Amino acid sequence: MTEELGTSRVKRGLAEMLKGGVIMDVVNADQAKIAEDAGAVAVMALERVPADIRSQGGVARMSDPDLIDGIISAVSIPVMAKARIGHFVEAQVLEALKVDYIDESEVLSPADYVNHIDKWKFTVPFVCGATNLGEALRRITEGAAMIRSKGEAGTGDVSEATKHIRTILGEIRTLSAKSPDELYVAAKELQAPYDLVVEVAATGKLPVVLFTAGGVATPADAALMMQLGADGVFVGSGIFKSGNPAQRAAAIVKATTFFEDPQVIAEASRGLGEAMVGINVSDLPTPHRLAERGW
Amino acid sequence: MAGKPKVGVLALQGDFREHLAVLNDLGADVVPVKRPEELASVAGLVIPGGESSVMDKLSRMFGLAEPLRAAVASGLPVYGTCAGLIMLSNTVLDAISGQESIGGLDIVVRRNAFGSQLDSFETDLDIPVLGETPMHAVFIRAPVVESVAPGVTVLAALGDGRVVAVEQGSLLGTSFHPEMTGDTRFHEYFLDKVRAA
Repeated sequence: MTEELGTSRVKRGLAEMLKGGVIMDVVNADQAKIAEDAGAVAVMALERVPADIRSQGGVARMSDPDLIDGIISAVSIPVMAKARIGHFVEAQVLEALKVDYIDESEVLSPADYVNHIDKWKFTVPFVCGATNLGEALRRITEGAAMIRSKGEAGTGDVSEATKHIRTILGEIRTLSAKSPDELYVAAKELQAPYDLVVEVAATGKLPVVLFTAGGVATPADAALMMQLGADGVFVGSGIFKSGNPAQRAAAIVKATTFFEDPQVIAEASRGLGEAMVGINVSDLPTPHRLAERGW
Repeated sequence: MAGKPKVGVLALQGDFREHLAVLNDLGADVVPVKRPEELASVAGLVIPGGESSVMDKLSRMFGLAEPLRAAVASGLPVYGTCAGLIMLSNTVLDAISGQESIGGLDIVVRRNAFGSQLDSFETDLDIPVLGETPMHAVFIRAPVVESVAPGVTVLAALGDGRVVAVEQGSLLGTSFHPEMTGDTRFHEYFLDKVRAA
């Protein structure tokens, strides 16, 4: 009997298994181990966490393969890694390194301001960011097997994450309320394929798992995202830019599972020490907003 | 037990919603289980796919691991898929440091036995106990059963002989995910065990 690799079901399926979990940004094997021990469902390898990309500036790229290899050998949970938007060769390299998921990410400097990666060409699955439903559906059309709302990475300000997850889920609810003859115009306005728009309208959800990201820094932030309807949470700078990464990571994991239980969230929030310092998104001038990368 | 059995799905992490939906469609009264009191109310339990190391950690942190062991020991029918199979195995290879399982199935399981996500696959499997039609099975960073003790029945194996579905008493485990494909025969087989218990 033949074994089929890299099918949509297999690609989307791994994301299904991550639901209800926390995916943590790590820059080296030591951080990856701390994340695994704290209960991360997966780790995301990148060169610098978003807060450092923001403060140091310069071009942010895929991690060094040595670092990715080190992370893969340090942990047994899935390892994701970031490639620049449109940089299909970085993606080819990450696939050759056998990462479990590629994040085509606006957190890195874009390599192509017009096209995203043709993700159907790969066996490894991709996750992509989105700020609204149209953007999410365009990424799915290009082959994304998982979506994360973008938020504003590296700020510790959860307001953009709230806005993006509310926007995506709100637009899905609006779509579900439309009559069939209104979906043609809806597809045009969303700039997304009609068939996919019809599918979302009928099922009331994306055909792939929807996580949230960008500015989550506390257990309560993570639970907020879950109560708003996210399937799970990415935490970037929030953990390793805080006073006590191991304890904060474990606390965010607890709050993500028991997101509907304020007692558990309260317990998890006690004595965590310094949260990451944070930047208010409203103080960021427009050209420095990462969420506006991607189209 | 006749009628509508009350069946729980361990809901700490993973694809528990898919199992809840399948069991609900098959007429079970379904309950997500995160706490000992929820476990106490069910006549059967499914442990879903997900990350076994996370389920282990959370189940111990929130006082669910011991009640789970007690429930398995008392004969509660439990079905584990993928991470759930790992949770039900007496011995787990390639676990993370300090990882424990609930146990119950007298087998040795290897985590991520096929490699990275690039090696995840779908295929058709012969499962004689479910009838002649093969079951389409999805393996995602899946575990494999490396050895079974006497008393464990092998329900399915891959073409190369690697064991991917087992049964022992009231316990069932599969490396793959019947909750993802729409083929409900494994869940029906499990519900029959729950009704017979």
